[in-house]
Amino acid sequence: MSDISTHIGKPWKKPPFVQRAWLRWVLLIGFSAYLIAAFLTIEVNWMRVYEGLDRGKQFILAFTSPDFSSRSGDIWEGMIESIIMTVASSVVGIIISIPIALGAARNIAPLPIYLICRSIIAISRALQEIIVAILLVAIFGFGPLAGFLTLSFATIGFLSKLLAEDIESMDRVQAEAIKASGAKWAQWINYGVQPQVMPRLIGLSIYRLDINFRESAILGLVGAGGIGATLNTAFDRYEYDTAAAILLLIIVIVMALEYLSGIVRERVQ
Amino acid sequence: MPVKDLNDQKIWRRRTSRESLMHWVIWLIGVAIFAYCWQKISASTTWFFVWDAPRIADDIWTRATPPKWSYITQLGKPIWDTLNIATLGTIFALIAAVPVAFLAARNTTPSRLVIRPIALLIIVSTRSINSLIWALLLIAIIGPGVFAGVMAIAIRSIGFCAKLLYEAIEEIDETQVEAITATGASRWQIMAYGIVPQVLPAFAGIAVFRWDINIRESTVLGLVGAGGIGLQLSSSLNVLAWPQVSLILLVILAAVIISEWVSAKVRGAII
Repeated sequence: MSDISTHIGKPWKKPPFVQRAWLRWVLLIGFSAYLIAAFLTIEVNWMRVYEGLDRGKQFILAFTSPDFSSRSGDIWEGMIESIIMTVASSVVGIIISIPIALGAARNIAPLPIYLICRSIIAISRALQEIIVAILLVAIFGFGPLAGFLTLSFATIGFLSKLLAEDIESMDRVQAEAIKASGAKWAQWINYGVQPQVMPRLIGLSIYRLDINFRESAILGLVGAGGIGATLNTAFDRYEYDTAAAILLLIIVIVMALEYLSGIVRERVQ
Repeated sequence: MPVKDLNDQKIWRRRTSRESLMHWVIWLIGVAIFAYCWQKISASTTWFFVWDAPRIADDIWTRATPPKWSYITQLGKPIWDTLNIATLGTIFALIAAVPVAFLAARNTTPSRLVIRPIALLIIVSTRSINSLIWALLLIAIIGPGVFAGVMAIAIRSIGFCAKLLYEAIEEIDETQVEAITATGASRWQIMAYGIVPQVLPAFAGIAVFRWDINIRESTVLGLVGAGGIGLQLSSSLNVLAWPQVSLILLVILAAVIISEWVSAKVRGAII
């Protein structure tokens, strides 16, 4: 609105989202070119899709009458295994990620330790759970141990990174006050740093528990234990009602965990 | 302030004795649960294989290095498919997520009692099931291929995008909406001029953020047969072609890092 005379007599127009005109056009043209190319190269067998619609309807109907009973033994076993993997891996992951988070906070750790810890975090974050699970199943054999190790490994990257960021943004004055009272390093961490980041640590841990449960549901696909194997078998046999039952259970548990984590986070913060 | 008397001297304590007792009980229960879980895992593990693991890991490592670089010529199309799955999936998800988000936000929903819970249910149920499971399901329904992957990514992303978007809508500045209303704008004009401009930056940020996650997820969708580079990975794994596996893993790693870099750059430019 610098020069009002140029605006007088012209109707107002909404300012564009991308200010620079050439950039706007380049983005628009490039994006539409990409979309056209993508749609041209994507192969969709529409006949197959059309045939499948009937099965899709069956599946959706299966949600109205999920079958918990006929495979209840398998479902129960898989669920317990998933939950056990989730809890154990969250505990181990949190215990390991606390020292790594301390090492990855620049205001606490010296540079060499900082770099080592940051690279551990980067590796853990770059590898997806399922790929780690494939490798660990190849190394440790089938079973929940591989899933447990996978989830612990993934927890380290997630929790350490967020916790380290919280430690880096803490109030230095409090930590300094503890140091000025003549505290040793361990006391300094325990009384100066830990109380400041504790609420966040608890919140993140609960959140990670929630994520770990969701992930544990798919690890069974590659043989790493949990409900995923049962689910996969149900799909392979076209037993949609059993699959629907398992999916409903997963959704209910995730919702319950989310609700719980909401309460816990509200209480500690 | 909790204080303990010791030979007539007052010593500062961090917690009262009641609090520390509570702490001990909680810790005890936690440790007991963990011990039980560990026992269960340990019971269903063949420990002989675990003790053998270092040798196996070493064996796999020697087989997998060096990666078979010449195989990269066959990875062009799978990478393109992976990119398409992620991008088209994100676009479809956004198209579906926008109405859901507006129906779920407290300040724009037409009905709080009926429509808002339904929208929230859609958000929760699509969000809590992993894209691999959605892919598994869609493959059983519409057959294997890239299309199943696109749909799996799209369905999985609806909940995520809609959740972040409705939170952004709930946080808008009401005074701007009021100003537009005061000019006599219709319901849709209020939407277009009062609400949309406020949430557009958040929307763009969410789109790019989810695209980054989707690139990550679409690289492994092929494991269950939904197209992309994961298909190559699973076929290489099935024939134990470890040099190809290591090359594919490197390519996936590069794709993940590049997409993360792109999304960080774009989000930096928006915010």
